[in-house]
Amino acid sequence: MNLLTAQAPIRVPRSGKGLALGIWRFLVVALVLMLSLGFTQLAVAQAEPDREMRTAAPSISADQWRQVRSGETDANFRDSRFDSNYNLINSSGETWRQLRNRWVSPFGLIAIGGMIAVIALFYFIVGRKRLDEPRTGRKLFRWSLLMRSLHWTVATLFITLALTGLNLLFGKFVFRTLFGDAVWAWMISASKVLHNYLGPIFGVLLVVLLISLLKDNIPKKHDWVWFKKGGGLVGKGHVDAGFANGGEKAWYWLLASVGLIVVASGFVLDFPNYGQGRDTMQWANIIHAIGALGLTAVSIGHIYIGTLGTEGSIEGMTTGYVDETWAKEHHNLWYEEVKDQAMSEEEMAAQKTGSNSGGASATKPS
Amino acid sequence: MAQMKFMCDAERCIECNGCVTACKNANDVEWGIQRRRVVTLNDGEADEMSISVACMHCDDAPCMAVCPTDCFYKTDDGIVLHDKDLCIGCGYCLYACPFGAPQFPQQNAFGERGKMDKCTFCAGGPAESKEEEYQKYGSNRIAEGKLPLCAEMCSTKALLAGDAQDVADIFRQRVVHRGHKDGAWSNNPQASADNLAYDAARKG
Ligand code: HEM
Ligand code: SF4
Ligand code: SF4
Repeated sequence: MNLLTAQAPIRVPRSGKGLALGIWRFLVVALVLMLSLGFTQLAVAQAEPDREMRTAAPSISADQWRQVRSGETDANFRDSRFDSNYNLINSSGETWRQLRNRWVSPFGLIAIGGMIAVIALFYFIVGRKRLDEPRTGRKLFRWSLLMRSLHWTVATLFITLALTGLNLLFGKFVFRTLFGDAVWAWMISASKVLHNYLGPIFGVLLVVLLISLLKDNIPKKHDWVWFKKGGGLVGKGHVDAGFANGGEKAWYWLLASVGLIVVASGFVLDFPNYGQGRDTMQWANIIHAIGALGLTAVSIGHIYIGTLGTEGSIEGMTTGYVDETWAKEHHNLWYEEVKDQAMSEEEMAAQKTGSNSGGASATKPS
Repeated sequence: MAQMKFMCDAERCIECNGCVTACKNANDVEWGIQRRRVVTLNDGEADEMSISVACMHCDDAPCMAVCPTDCFYKTDDGIVLHDKDLCIGCGYCLYACPFGAPQFPQQNAFGERGKMDKCTFCAGGPAESKEEEYQKYGSNRIAEGKLPLCAEMCSTKALLAGDAQDVADIFRQRVVHRGHKDGAWSNNPQASADNLAYDAARKG
């Protein structure tokens, strides 16, 4: 123990009289040395504080340590690591950890799980919204091939990003124990690579999609009424809607706001090569995760309404055409504008053979 | 079962960077990565003070808590290690770590950082063979009954490594020995030397 603490001066005995004096003499010297070492040590322990006081480096004050702890550093902070610009203490790291693990992660799960539960309940109690009138069999052109491709590309990318993102946040609680390390290693690295490379593509295509849909999604006065009547769910009353109804416009503007925030924060996270620091990354991650989890929850509603929830909606996005009855019941104002363009199956077939490729060449009626 | 800890006695550290060099040498650390660093506060001023920092092998380790792959684990000696086969280089451990310990060989577009690297307390990491372990994580001195080379090489014994109990004992003796109010980490006016000594030795 004393080896570490002692700074006792050690006097090395000089033996000028040769080796003839014998080993016993050496032993005596050694003994004396050992004893004196022992005594000096004792003396050091008692008398040295003064000496220590004189030679001690003036310490950093408690205040300065507090400053270091809080993450601040002054201009005279130096780090021997070759490219480091880090503070000694990353004080916001714990804040980020708590925000992410205690708030974002559980509440994200509640939001998404809650959404699924509410929709499932709604489906089993209220059921599918069927068309009130029988179909007329006459079709209205709604989505061009270009818009359909764009929609499905963005949707596929969105779902991929949502699933891979969810895996980054929650996967370790499920799949590691379920599948073992080898599969899990593959799953999670694939998730990260997919997420980080598809993210920017999604970002660009989302902007293109938002621009092409803008003119159909300008809020109108009847959209407000649509909301007050719960999109026709509340009461038997009839609700007005143009090409896009109030709900679709809300989804549009959610993507145009939160969606773009998720994209922007995603870009910050995705390109560490620009040298953004830990603090920036922490905030980008929190914003990205909250936005993304919120969008994921709402997107489940969008997917439900577009597929199971409403009879006839999916046809528009798959074939490009919707039934007249569907248009009349869900988008009456739009129907009024385009009803004279309705076509029967035979007319459509005739037109298709006439112009040999239907969807692509047709333009959406405004 | 030991609880391995590092402690740097800032009163003793002379900023020689011997620990940094020892670490690079012992572990053959990748180019551009420096598992240990020496930070100098108030550089060039009369109250300049240096402290050597690396992974502190936290009890409630933030890196472990945020890692999306769950690749960290704690050894029976309280050493925090990670599995490079699982690491995806997302950088989350770096965002959470209080000491800037995790580092990455690259920092490229699309979050391509390579596998995270950090101090292992010279305890290697998970691998099939000794060679693979050395190549991925550096030496495993703990398995050979030795302490981390940085602390072993520290010329002033400012940097201590070992069981928390032993490290605390040594530090307490130093503080008692110094016997002045600047003896420990700060000249906290409220604390007498005795209190500081007590603090340094307090367990748990
Ligand atoms: C331009 C689009 C996007 C980009 C560039 C992007 C990028 C990123 C990046 C870099 C991360 C950190 C993960 C890592 O590096 O390992 C991340 C995490 C995440 N992303 Fe995205 N992302 C985008 C869009 C989305 C979308 C649309 C969603 C969901 C619908 C989403 C959901 C998530 C989630 C849940 C996480 C995990 C957050 C956490 O673990 O704390 N992202 N994203
Ligand atoms: S890497 Fe950082 S957070 Fe993790 S144990 Fe080491 S010091 Fe603690
Ligand atoms: S960089 Fe690797 S070790 Fe660090 S949190 Fe991400 S996966 Fe885990």
